[in-house]
Amino acid sequence: MDQGLSIVVVEKDRERAMLIVDSLREAGGHDIYVISEESRLARRISERRPDLVLIDLTSPSRDVLEELTLASGPMDRPVAMFVDRSDEGLAQAAIEAGVSAYVVDGLRADRIKPILDAAITRFHMFHRMRSELAATKAALEERKIIDRAKGLLMRARGIDEDAAYALLRKTAMDQGRKIADVANALVTAAALLK
Amino acid sequence: MSGVVLPLGFIPLVDAAPLIVAQELGFAEEERLTFELRRAASWSMLRDMLSFGQVAAAHMLAPVPVATALGLGGGAGQLDALQVLSVNGNVIGVSRALAARMREAGHGFDFADAAAAGRALIAAAGEGLRIGVPFPFSMHAELLYYWLGALGFRVPQDLAVRTVPPPQMAAALATDEIDAFCVGEPWGSIAVATGAGDLLLPGSAIWSFAPEKVLATRHDWAEREPEVAGRLMRAIWRAGRWLGDPANRITASEILARPQYLDLPAEVPERGLAGDLVISPEGAEAQVPGFLEFHAGLAAFPWRSQAAWIGARMAARLGLDRNEALEAARAVFRSDLYRRNLAGAGAEMPATSDKVEGGAEAPILAAGGASGVILPRNRFFDGGIFDPAPGS
Repeated sequence: MDQGLSIVVVEKDRERAMLIVDSLREAGGHDIYVISEESRLARRISERRPDLVLIDLTSPSRDVLEELTLASGPMDRPVAMFVDRSDEGLAQAAIEAGVSAYVVDGLRADRIKPILDAAITRFHMFHRMRSELAATKAALEERKIIDRAKGLLMRARGIDEDAAYALLRKTAMDQGRKIADVANALVTAAALLK
Repeated sequence: MSGVVLPLGFIPLVDAAPLIVAQELGFAEEERLTFELRRAASWSMLRDMLSFGQVAAAHMLAPVPVATALGLGGGAGQLDALQVLSVNGNVIGVSRALAARMREAGHGFDFADAAAAGRALIAAAGEGLRIGVPFPFSMHAELLYYWLGALGFRVPQDLAVRTVPPPQMAAALATDEIDAFCVGEPWGSIAVATGAGDLLLPGSAIWSFAPEKVLATRHDWAEREPEVAGRLMRAIWRAGRWLGDPANRITASEILARPQYLDLPAEVPERGLAGDLVISPEGAEAQVPGFLEFHAGLAAFPWRSQAAWIGARMAARLGLDRNEALEAARAVFRSDLYRRNLAGAGAEMPATSDKVEGGAEAPILAAGGASGVILPRNRFFDGGIFDPAPGS
């Protein structure tokens, strides 16, 4: 069995870093190190001398890693992205998932693939979790604002909750707007009139 | 009929203007193209997006296709430079502390004399000077190595050139991670505006006509898509010609400032476009003619000799074979495609695709067109001359 690889993950977001680390642990007995600070990134990485570096594609700090491809000596652990250029599919999948990998030259593709596969899956999963969380939050916010608008209508017009909601819904339909938007306008207007 | 949709990549910088203006002002539409402009966070990301086909063409640092051809860096595929997008446009800045030491020693911050500024910088900072650049393969790095090397620094040994993403440049200067930087606009102006440093020189004080950004594509893309490539090149070239008219600067600044592009107040890109820079947090100003050129002086022509200069500099610094490097570098600046696709659009064509770089103190008349073409002043600060083909 091959020895585990030394992997550096550059990621500011703690939660995301932990997810990636977990998935890499499952992929094998690798030595994983997370760098969450962007200052002096090149030096921090070269001190670790990793076999592989994973970084978010949308991080401007990715350019800092490019420095490592110009290591002090030509024989001094050159690093390149996707060394095995024959496997363009893997590189493309990674880019689409938003992960970029710097790999020390000479590392065999069959050793990189499971790691990248795991990282790619986690990146996708993280994006999905983020969007789900955002959607849930938005839905909660909307419900809160609709409840407040209903309360205002019930007090102002002496109607019950169902009638208040029906009124909001009818107004929204008449104006071609979302119920939450009508509710929001009402709450804002009420605050101004106080 | 909207024709072809082309995804193009750019980095939010003032010199991405030709791509943005071509789309916004209808130069693309005139060629039945729609540009889908994708903003990238880093040069390596943009290069990979290009290599793996997520964009058809990109705003790119002139040395990147050359470095790729020399097998340097982490790029995956060979790239071609179809045309030069802009000439010059960088600034060199120093930290407030270093600026103060240079002033005490009598330097006047004239924002023009590269030899005097370089000597003052070396005297005040000494060996181990830490300078930030946006990318290891950039004109920023090449101009610094050339400048300080000509003034007696052993490069790269005596100099710590560090990659710092431009949005972090002012902070890196303020927190003493670097002593100085070379960066494109708007980031130099932002370092001054935030009080992190003073501007010392425009890049054009080191080399008065340095190719800065190019329109890059995957190698052979233009051969496989000759018709679309021609339309793309004409749209970009006409946008560059529009940008070259000073009367259009305010409009250009307004467009660049939009949230989907640079996302800045419009007066910031305008400074770079006009070459009217604020060079110290106290408000000292400097006007630099030719600070950033998109069109004048055949700015868009991809001279083989420009690529050769970049290749020769990299080969010398990194210990590569000079002749092989020159040959590989020359091949990526596609003056052949420029001639084929732009002759009919009204672009001036020189008779040869090589010129001597440097040594022209004033504009010169060169062979080309019907009655010759005027090439602008082309001077290295130390009077150096680069002949791409000695003896021929």
